[in-house]
Amino acid sequence: MYFGLSEEQKSLEENISKFLSDNAPLDAIKAVADGEEVKADEIHKGIIELGLSGLMVPESYGGLELNMLFATVVSSALGAGTAPVPYAGAYVMAPIAITLAGDEDQKNEWLPKIAGGEKVIGVGLSEFVGAREDAGIEFNKGKVSGRSLFLIDGKNADAYLLANKSGELFLIDSSSKGITVTELVTVDKTRTSIELTLDKVDATLLPGSSDLSVIEKVLDAGRLMLSADTVGASQVMLDKAVAYSLERKQFGRLIGSFQAVKHMCAEMAAELEPCHSMIWHAAHSQDSSAEDARLMACQTKAHISEVGKQISKTSTEVHGGMGFTDELGLHYWFKRIGLNRQLLGSPELIREEAGKLQGFDQ
Amino acid sequence: MDLEYGPEYDDFRSEVINFIKENEGVKLSGPMRDESRVNWQQKLIDNGYFARSVPKEYGGYGGDMDIIKLRIIAEEFAKSPIPKAMGGQGIQMLVPTLLSLGTEEQKQQYIRPTLRGEMIWCQGYSEPNSGSDLASLQTKGELDGDEWVINGQKIWTSTAQLAQMCFILVRTEPDAPKHQGISYLLMPMDSEGIDRRPIKQMTGDSDFNELFLTDVRIPAENIVGSRGEGWQVANATLGHERGSLADPNVTQNRLNSLIDLMKTETIDGQRVIDKPIFRDRLLSIQGRLMAQQSNALRILSSQINEGQDATLAKFIVKLQGTELRHELEGLAIDAMGELGTLYEDSPHLRDHGAWQQTYMYYLGLIIGGGTNQIQKNIISERALGMPKEPKVQGA
Ligand SMILES: Cc1cc2nc3c(=O)[nH]c(=O)nc-3n(C[C@H](O)[C@H](O)[C@H](O)COP(=O)(O)OP(=O)(O)OC[C@H]3O[C@@H](n4cnc5c(N)ncnc54)[C@H](O)[C@@H]3O)c2cc1C
Repeated sequence: MYFGLSEEQKSLEENISKFLSDNAPLDAIKAVADGEEVKADEIHKGIIELGLSGLMVPESYGGLELNMLFATVVSSALGAGTAPVPYAGAYVMAPIAITLAGDEDQKNEWLPKIAGGEKVIGVGLSEFVGAREDAGIEFNKGKVSGRSLFLIDGKNADAYLLANKSGELFLIDSSSKGITVTELVTVDKTRTSIELTLDKVDATLLPGSSDLSVIEKVLDAGRLMLSADTVGASQVMLDKAVAYSLERKQFGRLIGSFQAVKHMCAEMAAELEPCHSMIWHAAHSQDSSAEDARLMACQTKAHISEVGKQISKTSTEVHGGMGFTDELGLHYWFKRIGLNRQLLGSPELIREEAGKLQGFDQ
Repeated sequence: MDLEYGPEYDDFRSEVINFIKENEGVKLSGPMRDESRVNWQQKLIDNGYFARSVPKEYGGYGGDMDIIKLRIIAEEFAKSPIPKAMGGQGIQMLVPTLLSLGTEEQKQQYIRPTLRGEMIWCQGYSEPNSGSDLASLQTKGELDGDEWVINGQKIWTSTAQLAQMCFILVRTEPDAPKHQGISYLLMPMDSEGIDRRPIKQMTGDSDFNELFLTDVRIPAENIVGSRGEGWQVANATLGHERGSLADPNVTQNRLNSLIDLMKTETIDGQRVIDKPIFRDRLLSIQGRLMAQQSNALRILSSQINEGQDATLAKFIVKLQGTELRHELEGLAIDAMGELGTLYEDSPHLRDHGAWQQTYMYYLGLIIGGGTNQIQKNIISERALGMPKEPKVQGA
């Protein structure tokens, strides 16, 4: 019995962290947030070189065929670095969906290119989880029409993976006729978001996705990625709070010697520490097809979103006025955690789902 | 990542399951130390399901320290209503202390009867003026020939009314700095000069006591560790206490009962569990519990796999576990509404009043064993490296 990360997983995490601290320091993040797409592309290229785009692609299609635990390790490192790159949608949810439910042509067309970092697929499952403004798509005779909001990794994507309300998944080429892309500007400028309006756009169904378990697996995977991203970002916010409290003096003392500040930090640590284990556990449950894998994925996303919210607030408070400034940049982590919380279901929505999963309705 | 215990443990698990099946009918009644209880405790020891790694010569089973076997025993016993092994401060705190720091004579004399449940211990640490600041304690111990003479007052001493023995902290070196002047003594509770007065608690029970100690004489050899080393000896046992205060696997059993309760209780004919806000609170608690269970797996793993660090994971268990448990019990009361306030033997009482009882009891555990504020001090200072409280002159 060993509960924890392997040496390989730890070194992957270290490699990503090192790459990001060398190539995506705060100045670079600020540049990207201010609209410098070249910088974002550079960082994106770097993570492809690290092999991250092929992590979830089967070996027979040119990928590394690693598991969810590896993917959460990556996501956590990207969250820690507020990395302005596509990941959860393009390199985890999309390849999982195509691997599980695509036909041979779809797999051959997309998987090697995902692994090679040549193609990015944006993922839109928001309407399956809970449609806002009555958005949603319908599939009819090979064409998709409707609207989808908050695609993950959708900006400049080569294709989109979308779900209808019954959980079937469709692929559409982004160069197809009938697509209108509207960029959505969220608080989190380290990642992008788009809205699609579709008017009879050519689409192919992932044939296996008529089995509901496919979209469930894709959703679980996406939720775990967002949770891991939040854990990585939260750990940085806690570390920064402690470090700042050991630098800043008031009343002739380090603020870290005030008990109010110590207790804020202790509470953050007490909440966050189990979340690392929870992510590993939930990812491993997916990898081993454990009976409660879905429940764990739901509860992990819900719980970690709550913890992330608390930590992003508390860490900002520990920094005083500096915490509220743009200059310090702490807000990039705050906002990243804030977006993760809402994507693919806010805690309340997901807990509702967790209740149904356990048969509470019976 | 590997959550399997391995096939070599399958046989062991079947053994445990068989034992539980054969003994399913066992029900214990009667007071502590009753013969039937002692016999059951001994049977558990003989089969290696309790005191497994305690050497045979001291009354244990004499097995190796196999954490996974301990875990399997705990898992299987938790699934059955079969009586569990007795706990308490003697078994959880004193025995481990004696095993690592006691003299050979002390081990021979005390461990066996303690494990068998014949010798009940109480913990004489807190004093009226020394609670969180335990090291300021003032109860005096003076060596007079071959006897310690103890004078002072202890308070909040749980189970002192039942105990045969007390492990007690006394100041034996009044001139030394406060942490270096304390000794850890073993005091028979039938010694002359001990006056026990029960204190009634908010639950209505009287589980803890005041002890007034006047010229209590105990043999000089009843000291664990050396003179002035009592603080270190005591800290060795506080670790044992904190680890055992709020086991998430026990909380899981309570959560299951809470789910049943919320499916049974109704408001205007609607099940409480179908009310969205109640259900959401239930699910939030479940999410927090799952995080703590994962944390417990990490701690377990660190005990088996050398080099795996779980320092912070361990520091947070008492704080997180007691707070969650208190909240869980509180949700049950809310789910019952006015019915949740019923107590003692009122009509309409649910589950013998266990929810209110445990709700209050866990508030006691939030305070006892080092308050949760003190836990936060410990986490921030020892795990996060933040500064200690500034010293006040004279304290
Ligand atoms: C159910 C129960 C069983 C117990 N059983 C035993 C037993 O068997 N044997 C035994 O020896 N003792 C026992 N105790 C005593 C227990 O250990 C003490 O109550 C506890 O350590 C707190 O001490 P106190 O009561 O003096 O409170 P105080 O120390 O006076 O604390 C009062 C408040 O001040 C806060 N506070 C104090 N110091 C600090 C600080 N440095 N930083 C921040 N906040 C601080 C505390 O957190 C608390 O909120 C028991 C207590 C309870 C509730």
